[in-house]
Amino acid sequence: MTDNGKQQMPFRLLLAVLLSTLAAGLGYAVLSLPSLAPGLSEQVAGKLETSGVSNPVTAVLLNFRAYDTLLELGVLLLALLGVWSLRGLPERRESSPGPVLDTLSRLLVPLLILVAGYLLWVGAYAPGGAFQAGSVLGAAGVLLLLAGWRPGARFAGLRLRIALVAGLGVFMGVGIMLILVGGHFLEYPPPFAAALILLIEAAATLSIGLTLAALFLGDRPETGARR
Amino acid sequence: MNAVFLYALVGIGLFTLGLYALIVYRHLLRKILAINVMGSGVFMVLVALAARTQGATPDPVPHAMVLTGIVIAVSATALALALMLRLRAETGRTEFPEERLE
Repeated sequence: MTDNGKQQMPFRLLLAVLLSTLAAGLGYAVLSLPSLAPGLSEQVAGKLETSGVSNPVTAVLLNFRAYDTLLELGVLLLALLGVWSLRGLPERRESSPGPVLDTLSRLLVPLLILVAGYLLWVGAYAPGGAFQAGSVLGAAGVLLLLAGWRPGARFAGLRLRIALVAGLGVFMGVGIMLILVGGHFLEYPPPFAAALILLIEAAATLSIGLTLAALFLGDRPETGARR
Repeated sequence: MNAVFLYALVGIGLFTLGLYALIVYRHLLRKILAINVMGSGVFMVLVALAARTQGATPDPVPHAMVLTGIVIAVSATALALALMLRLRAETGRTEFPEERLE
């Protein structure tokens, strides 16, 4: 609403002054930090050998702080369940995608899937990993949805559900299996760490990509069997 | 003052701008966007401060946190947008009802 913009002017000025004070305080806090602070990078570098990967970010994400990543996959799934539980989102008007988008998506989607696979693999020793690969996969899904593709009833049922929970499921499964063989939750034995991380990342990539595309679609895809 | 602090200060600027927009604008889409701008500012501060290491490789822990945070922000935004669409379908409004003091 802009009709009461005049009345709000003093309020906005006061707010701007208050927020400038906040920004100045935050800026002062940042500037008073030491200019050299290695943080935890030395501990990470020291333990990198045993993590199974040589990219420190992947090592932190999937080994040293795997709990965070596990819970994050849970949050992603919860957000999707939240969106799906809001039945009756307004119908979107569909327009025909046109020949450019149609052709481009046909060319790009296989390429994006290839890039996702590459990012997943390269994450072990260079920037990349499950989240980057998952986002690229999600982008491929969004492109398909924009071009008018909709998941058919055959895919939208149990298969989609299994793929969506695969990341969290495999992660939990590996963690529990490690307890059963006598270790701690998500404490990979170094000889198997690389393989376990790749397994978890592959499942997580699939789940992240599908979840992002499903979030874009919004409504729960019809399975045909229900009601 | 080196590049690290420049980036961190820009991040603080983004955070404050987002907070301003969050308070001032009433349309829910603008509020959702404002929260995203605030989040980007926080990510920028984290990434900038992670570069304060001796060598060329930055501290990986804040980077991992940001990577986690981006995905959380995307999913929370999607949920917020779906809630907004539902509110609009239900009541026809895209704003919260105005609260009168007194």
